[in-house]
Amino acid sequence: MRHVLSIAIILLALCGIVVGIAGFRGRMSRRPPIEVFSDMDRQPKLRPQKPDAFFPNGVSSQLPVPGTVARSQPIQTLDGPVYPFEDSPVNTGLVTGTTNFAPADPLPVTMSLLRRGQARFDIYCAPCHGRLGDGNGITKKIGDMTAVADLHDARIVDMADGEIFNTITRGKGLMGAYGPLIPVRDRWAIIAYLRTLQLSWLGSTNDLTARERAALK
Amino acid sequence: MSLFPKWTNWLPLCIVGCLAFGGAAVTAAVTYYFTPKYTRVGYEPVQPVPFSHKIHAGELGMDCRYCHTGVEKSWFSNIPAASTCMNCHNQVLKDDPRLAIVRESARTGKAIPWVQVHITPDYVYFNHAVHVRRGISCVECHGRIDEMDEVQHAKPLSMSFCLNCHRHPAAFIRPVSKVTDLGWQWSTNADEAAHLQRVEGAKLVAHMRVQSLQNCSACHR
Repeated sequence: MRHVLSIAIILLALCGIVVGIAGFRGRMSRRPPIEVFSDMDRQPKLRPQKPDAFFPNGVSSQLPVPGTVARSQPIQTLDGPVYPFEDSPVNTGLVTGTTNFAPADPLPVTMSLLRRGQARFDIYCAPCHGRLGDGNGITKKIGDMTAVADLHDARIVDMADGEIFNTITRGKGLMGAYGPLIPVRDRWAIIAYLRTLQLSWLGSTNDLTARERAALK
Repeated sequence: MSLFPKWTNWLPLCIVGCLAFGGAAVTAAVTYYFTPKYTRVGYEPVQPVPFSHKIHAGELGMDCRYCHTGVEKSWFSNIPAASTCMNCHNQVLKDDPRLAIVRESARTGKAIPWVQVHITPDYVYFNHAVHVRRGISCVECHGRIDEMDEVQHAKPLSMSFCLNCHRHPAAFIRPVSKVTDLGWQWSTNADEAAHLQRVEGAKLVAHMRVQSLQNCSACHR
């Protein structure tokens, strides 16, 4: 009987050692997960944004060759589809053949475009300009951002849509370029939504119909 | 005096007992340890820049998509370019030594050597866009990133983990507009939330024609 007991104690001690070394599930670990047979897990193929010695800049994801023309995905405008390579106000924010900013959003303004614009505005613009567009975003709270534009400023209300497009695309002053983050159609959606915001901010009850005014009271 | 002393009468029982105990212990250990629930969960590599999702996505309330712009369009969720960081950090903490690598990357284009935390095996074809655009929140696979200073592998991302959701999408789906709102729930009341998840979840599944894909080639192509 004594032997049985001692063997049991040894076995339990072994279990204790295993648990002591291996720990419990979910324990924080700085070491990458163990892969016992990793030949299928890690195949010799490119994954995006990984280090890769094959290319001179050492990264698997490569930019398109300079001069590459995007051909697909035309944007539907009031004047028919526009492709990304076309010299059109949709792509440049400029009146074709001039350096003047396009006066108006070339996209048909629909409710779905405005909703898209609102969603994108809240993602990309609101951190600085605030969800109301009044320049009171979270960066104001931190206090390090000095000159965030109030989008209800008369300067911006009177600005041509094309100029706002240009500012979003290329940035201005301390504001970075958002062209790389926001696709062209979304930029125009944001501008359409911004106009709605401005209207709601600068409008008065006189802009409402008699029935809507009555509903307010 | 016999060849075998008396204590050997216990030997067979002892051997059987040890084998049974040992077998049980090995089975238990394999079940407990040989699974992504142990091997992956808890992985928290040291990153080259001490970027805190808790501050940016949690406290400041930035949307995931401000940085991970491709997640709705692409199969993978991209790491942002350093220029995205510089949109704010050209003014906020602009001389902070912790951001030196980011500033250098923005200037020279040299990639920041971020360490990938969630890596699906290469034989798995996971598409971010199709999940995010059908109301599967980031939180379902990545956990409460908005509460992590350093990103930790929170869910096992094992095959049974995937299948669990693929079998019952209605139990996990949410309105598409709430996908990046990681703390969102149907209701603050747990019972009501569970009820709404059942009822509204089924409606969303039907409305967005979410398929319950369980064939092998859905993920292994």
